[in-house]
Amino acid sequence: MTGLAEIYVQQFKTTLASFAQYRAAIFIWMIGHVLEPLVFMIVWSAVTLSRGGLVGGFGAGDFAAYFLVLMLVNHATYTWIMYEFEYRVRHGDLSFLLLRPLHPIHTDIVDNLSSKMLTLPLILVSAAVLAVVFKPVFHFRLWAAAVFLPALGLAFLVRFLIEWTLALAAFWTTRVGAINQGYYVAVLFLSGQVAPLALLPGPVRAAASVLPFRWMISFPAELLLGRLTPAQAAAGLAIQAGWLVLALLLMKVVWRAGVRRFTAVGG
Amino acid sequence: MTTTPPAIRVRDLRKTYVVAEREAGARAALKSLVRRRKIEIAAVDGISFDVDSGEIVGFLGPNGAGKTTTLKMLSGLLHPTAGELSVLGAVPWRREKAFLRQITLVMGQRNQLVWDIPAADSFELNRAIYRIPSADFQRLVKELTELLELGPLLRKPVRNLSLGERMKCEIAAALLHRPRMVFLDEPTIGLDVTMQRRIRGFIAEYNRRTGATVLLTSHDMSDVEALCRRVIIIHRGKLLFDGALSDLVSRFTEHKTIVVQLKDCRADLRPYGEVVSCEDGRVTLRVARAETARTTERLLADLPVSDLTVEDPPIEDVIERVFAQGTP
Repeated sequence: MTGLAEIYVQQFKTTLASFAQYRAAIFIWMIGHVLEPLVFMIVWSAVTLSRGGLVGGFGAGDFAAYFLVLMLVNHATYTWIMYEFEYRVRHGDLSFLLLRPLHPIHTDIVDNLSSKMLTLPLILVSAAVLAVVFKPVFHFRLWAAAVFLPALGLAFLVRFLIEWTLALAAFWTTRVGAINQGYYVAVLFLSGQVAPLALLPGPVRAAASVLPFRWMISFPAELLLGRLTPAQAAAGLAIQAGWLVLALLLMKVVWRAGVRRFTAVGG
Repeated sequence: MTTTPPAIRVRDLRKTYVVAEREAGARAALKSLVRRRKIEIAAVDGISFDVDSGEIVGFLGPNGAGKTTTLKMLSGLLHPTAGELSVLGAVPWRREKAFLRQITLVMGQRNQLVWDIPAADSFELNRAIYRIPSADFQRLVKELTELLELGPLLRKPVRNLSLGERMKCEIAAALLHRPRMVFLDEPTIGLDVTMQRRIRGFIAEYNRRTGATVLLTSHDMSDVEALCRRVIIIHRGKLLFDGALSDLVSRFTEHKTIVVQLKDCRADLRPYGEVVSCEDGRVTLRVARAETARTTERLLADLPVSDLTVEDPPIEDVIERVFAQGTP
């Protein structure tokens, strides 16, 4: 295990070093990450105003708090691996990854986490500015805030594994873009990014809970905002753990099949 | 007789690709949407050979001969369609960690170093991935830095290096874990003569110091002449020749070239052989290989020769002849 820790440290340094070269790109990417919740905040506060201050139990301050927390959770769990994998398969970089005595998911995880660490200050500053403008109302509960971190960690792992597995579609098709688009739309609606899941129609809400989407993004946010009972929180963590095991198995199976295909047809 | 098993053992190795085929034009494109015609292409069509531990073998063939496909099968990147294959006692396509730690593949046209950071940082990452002990790592980097004259290059971002400089760093990175099996696919492609020579010298030195087995493909015959005593030639997926470079020349050329220096071009040398040219008394003759010794003797006895050399035709010409003949 010390060997793996060492790899994580070195990959971390490598990512930091190469990230420093792309300050402008990071900035633009960050704008996107702030703009999306900003738009939803504006829309929903307008809706609340027109409805006399309350929509489905959410006031303007509740919406602001929700989208702020969601922005932070989304930032923590976001991946760009689908684009990365397509590039790898197309450009033959995958060959080098396959010849290393190391599963490539390890360096991808560190790469993701170290990039997040670099952008975290920017996201926090943006969140502070948005908080000043939109005046969020929080109902923190100490126990919920304590469980938030493990829930966030699980959300990250589940989302990372699922998106990494989906990215492996690049082994079979060169049109990964279509899959990305479809997946992105599903995430947008089913993970609570457009609206809190509590406000969505019953069937959509059910779908979001049955599928992994709620557990990748919305659940940690709901927890931090104090919208869940201890029983709901415990159940949520269990479901996250279940998805983690399932996603891990799925990743292994698909990876093996993908590599088998890659080594059959040549890269 | 050696009792150790060969480092590489290949028996009747085959690789067949299935590719969709269609004619040019919009109609054909539409048709291919409905039904795709698949054809099979045998990139490697039943080759067998052994390579002993510590050998440097040149793998030759024109474009599309199956060189890279074979190299990819040997390194575990491709699954053979049929045949037996063992490298360092392992089945390559299983890509077990113990196997991967002992091999390396350098592709002249692709790079594994991280583009935006100095090579030294990529070396550190390799150290962690291959679990190279720190003390060994320092010594190896120092050694490679001296041999390849990397010095200041290691601290510059890789994208700021010239092609040759980058290649040197690529090779160093690929050899940090001291692989016992080195696959080199066109390692000197696009490099100038000085850089080619340096890299060749380095490969020979690495082989001498570590006893590693080296399999190298190249278009450049000077690479092969400088490094490999043994060559394997494949063409259209089939093995055409496997043996010493010198045997290749004697097997595929029936002629030698004799160059004699006379005073002028007045003497008629046609009885001795085919006169290729004569300039300022320097006559180039083409004679049958079996007649070389006798003709040389006669020339020296009959004529006022001030200088005489016997040469094989250039290796490029020999190879060209091998490919032209198809099968030996």
